[in-house]
Amino acid sequence: MSQPILAIDGLAAGYEPDVPIVRGVSLAVKEGEIVTILGPNGAGKSTFIKAIAGLVPKFAGQVVLAGGDITKTPAHLLARQGLGFVPQTENVFTLMSIADNLRLAADILPKAQRAERIDAMLTLFPDLARQRQLLAGRLSGGQRQMLAVARALIAGPRILMLDEASAGLSPKLVGQVFAKLAEIRYTGITILMVEQNAKAALALADRAIILVEGKAAHQGKAADIASDPVIRQLYLGVAPAKGAA
Amino acid sequence: MNLQFIADGLIMGALIGLGAIGVTLTYSILRFANFAHGEFLAWGTYFTLALASGFGAMFGGSGTIGALSFGWPVIVAGMLAALLTGLLALVLDRLLFAKLRNRGNAIVMVMASFGASMALRSLLEFLFTAQPAYFSRDIQMAFPIAFGIRLTPDQLFLLAMTAILVLVMERFMALSPIGRAMRAVSENPVLARVSGVDVERVIRATWMIGGALACAAGVMLGITVQIRPFMGFDLLLPLFAAAILGGIGSVPGAVLGGLIVGVAEASAVQVVGADYRAAIAFLILIAVLLVRPAGIFGVRE
Repeated sequence: MSQPILAIDGLAAGYEPDVPIVRGVSLAVKEGEIVTILGPNGAGKSTFIKAIAGLVPKFAGQVVLAGGDITKTPAHLLARQGLGFVPQTENVFTLMSIADNLRLAADILPKAQRAERIDAMLTLFPDLARQRQLLAGRLSGGQRQMLAVARALIAGPRILMLDEASAGLSPKLVGQVFAKLAEIRYTGITILMVEQNAKAALALADRAIILVEGKAAHQGKAADIASDPVIRQLYLGVAPAKGAA
Repeated sequence: MNLQFIADGLIMGALIGLGAIGVTLTYSILRFANFAHGEFLAWGTYFTLALASGFGAMFGGSGTIGALSFGWPVIVAGMLAALLTGLLALVLDRLLFAKLRNRGNAIVMVMASFGASMALRSLLEFLFTAQPAYFSRDIQMAFPIAFGIRLTPDQLFLLAMTAILVLVMERFMALSPIGRAMRAVSENPVLARVSGVDVERVIRATWMIGGALACAAGVMLGITVQIRPFMGFDLLLPLFAAAILGGIGSVPGAVLGGLIVGVAEASAVQVVGADYRAAIAFLILIAVLLVRPAGIFGVRE
């Protein structure tokens, strides 16, 4: 068995110590996997991924990234340690150009690598390359999401974490963003993503964890969960297929 | 009509603009109105005065450069004082604002800055007395420029210095990694952290830059007018009017706002008399807040 790239053990997190939102969740993500975090609204999915990213206080448990303990690492150092995070909203600097958004994230790299990494992102996202001086605030929802992913990828993370990358996008754009994530996975980057859109997420992911009230209610292969009518109905708010009931 | 008042207004406006850069950066990056900023102008000027006197005593002479009323001692002292003023701002942050930042809200910070302003000003009066001081008591001859406008060499120097400092600041914010990080924190601190920006480092840079520019503005005010413990406090309202008029967070906006406030004040003196000069910045502030709260270059209200 290969070592997990990200190992979370008994994580409790939230904004107030006496009211933890995430209550003891463990999860191991293996190198090259896509794992999706699903669950009803208010289950603590977002808090869970933000706690890993260092944006929400952790009260208990341990987070290990590529063998190094990052439980107490401040958020701004995580990008240097191989963790890329795309927040759900306000995930690009709208008052800065596309080029400056990328430059800012590339500033943590050694000087010699910066231009090369920016070029690599512009090759991966040709839509952005065509308008690099444009203010990010002028981008459409789909392009903005692509820039947000490019920003998180620029430092060459071991794992890319996304908080509801599909939120607010049309089904067609969700398809485009997910296709891009599949492409990124083939470059060897592990992906951990919170999703509201269970159907699309389960189609892309290898495995899924379902959070309910801050605890892991179920973990398993994405394909098994997608085909399990009980889980779908109980946790994912997906109505059983017609005639099945 | 004598257009001299426009030139006088532009000179005062350039000073206000330089000082307002620090106000606008603190406001957008630390998210509070720092009422102690005026004291940085005054402290920077007194630092310069003390250092320049020291240099004069040590190396003798008070030679001047060309037609200017001051020489190398003031320039070297000013540069050292800019550093000291930046450090003063840092120390104030460490002792006061940093402690309140993580638990207090914006209004607590503003009130704390009011207290700091009073303490700093009183300390200055205690150390240097309330008597006005001067870098030089020589009378400078103004020479004609155009349209009946006359300027002294000091005033020309001041305008050139302001233009250079503003251009350098603008390029710094646009092109340097720390300038980018400052813009990033000003727009979205959470995303900045996720992108690897050390927010505490950005805050330190903001205080250093704001303090140094306040010192520059104060020294120029000291050279062209006089040095008093209240010199910064008296400029506080124009500084805020300029920063808000230009759009919070915008360096060129702060300077343009400063120039507008300066010229408006000088014009008002022509029309309604000098007694109402101080009211003009206040009127501009109210008008901007009512008509265009985001300011000229601003995007935020």
